[in-house]
Amino acid sequence: MSDTTMRSVAEAADRAPGEHPSGDNRFDLVDKHLKRSRYAQDQLIETLHVAQDVFGFLSEDILIYVARALRLPPSMVYGVATFYQLFTFDPPGDHSCTVCTGTACFVKGADDIVQGVSAAYNVPAGETSEDRSLTLKTARCLGSCGLAPVVVFDGEVLSHQSVQSTLDLVASAVGGDG
Amino acid sequence: MRETRPTVHVSFDGVEHEAFVGESVLECARRCGVTIPSLCFLEGLTVWGGCRICVVEVAEDHRLRPACATQVAADMEIKTETPRLRAYRKSILELLFAEGNHVCAVCVSNGNCELQDMAVFCGMDHVRYDSQAPPREVDSSHPKYVFDQNRCILCTRCVRVCDEIEGAHVWDISHRGEHAEVITELNRPWGESLSCTWCGKCVAVCPTGALSYQGRAIGEMEHDPAMIKRLAVARNRGEWLDPGVMT
Ligand code: SF4
Ligand code: SF4
Ligand code: FES
Ligand code: FES
Repeated sequence: MSDTTMRSVAEAADRAPGEHPSGDNRFDLVDKHLKRSRYAQDQLIETLHVAQDVFGFLSEDILIYVARALRLPPSMVYGVATFYQLFTFDPPGDHSCTVCTGTACFVKGADDIVQGVSAAYNVPAGETSEDRSLTLKTARCLGSCGLAPVVVFDGEVLSHQSVQSTLDLVASAVGGDG
Repeated sequence: MRETRPTVHVSFDGVEHEAFVGESVLECARRCGVTIPSLCFLEGLTVWGGCRICVVEVAEDHRLRPACATQVAADMEIKTETPRLRAYRKSILELLFAEGNHVCAVCVSNGNCELQDMAVFCGMDHVRYDSQAPPREVDSSHPKYVFDQNRCILCTRCVRVCDEIEGAHVWDISHRGEHAEVITELNRPWGESLSCTWCGKCVAVCPTGALSYQGRAIGEMEHDPAMIKRLAVARNRGEWLDPGVMT
């Protein structure tokens, strides 16, 4: 028996009874959703949402997994996933900074915030910095216009932000000049 | 064979014709020898209704309707040639020409291109819009075929024929708006595709030089969209000989 076979046999033996065959238990959560929705093909978008919540982004492997489970052609799954801006195909950075660029926030200077963070961390809006420490995103109206301009940092909604306050915030988590 | 389907009366540009209930304005026009230009429509495939070259005016409210995706109705008065329609068709063609790279002089399909034919038919002799033509990759990874995205007009004929006739569903459309493009599988090179059967139907139906056979020089590529009609007739009606040669 070759080394690799030995290893996979050993691994299989080690595996707890409930472990997902892919070796990544996070797929259990996707499976749970698939089962609940009875593998209905019109659940594609919902399934992609669940997968993105679980993994943080949609890799090729995940798209293939979903395509197989729902018995859909991979190109169709890819087409649907890329149609919606909410889906992302790159692993997110350690921290995420989302600046609302909806009308109210825009009027109150959201663009300057985006440009400020973008320049300070050398990361274009919608992308992740090279060292993968920060993902900078924009969003269209988060529904809290009274708090404009709104920034969401690592899931926390922050009101009345300025370029400086946002830079300070990012610097405190990510480091760097700010 | 005598058709026994129920019929209604319609008129094209003032001339009365008989139409079958349930058929589209475009199908009816073709049967009656009335020319309506089309691009994304292809007999034998489902209707896409995306290019809008086939717009006609329906008298009751002068609304523009895509002939390929509009069913005939009793006493429908259809106009296929008006200054307004001509202007719209020209604009659509100009937008298509401006969006990609359609420099015919260096295209494999020069002289055998439905987009070119449409431009001639609709009298589009210049483009008023700035050319966008963002450089897009040419995929020549397939041993038999080449896909030049720069010439693609997103008519989805390739997507539909591969799904509906061949059953392989290799193609689909990714992204949207100006970023929309046809892709194979997970946007990988076509040559690496596990689902492509090399049947060549997508190449046969492409109206432009976007899909071609390997090794074709300028003007050498000829498509065969009528092949799909033959297949559809064979399948749906059990007639395996080219309907064009049958009496
Ligand atoms: S060659 Fe046939 S199977 Fe391959 S992509 Fe074209 S239509 Fe689909
Ligand atoms: S490759 Fe050809 S057939 Fe396919 S969408 Fe583009 S123009 Fe249409
Ligand atoms: S515009 Fe930013 S929350 Fe509405
Ligand atoms: S031919 Fe009717 S919309 Fe394209």
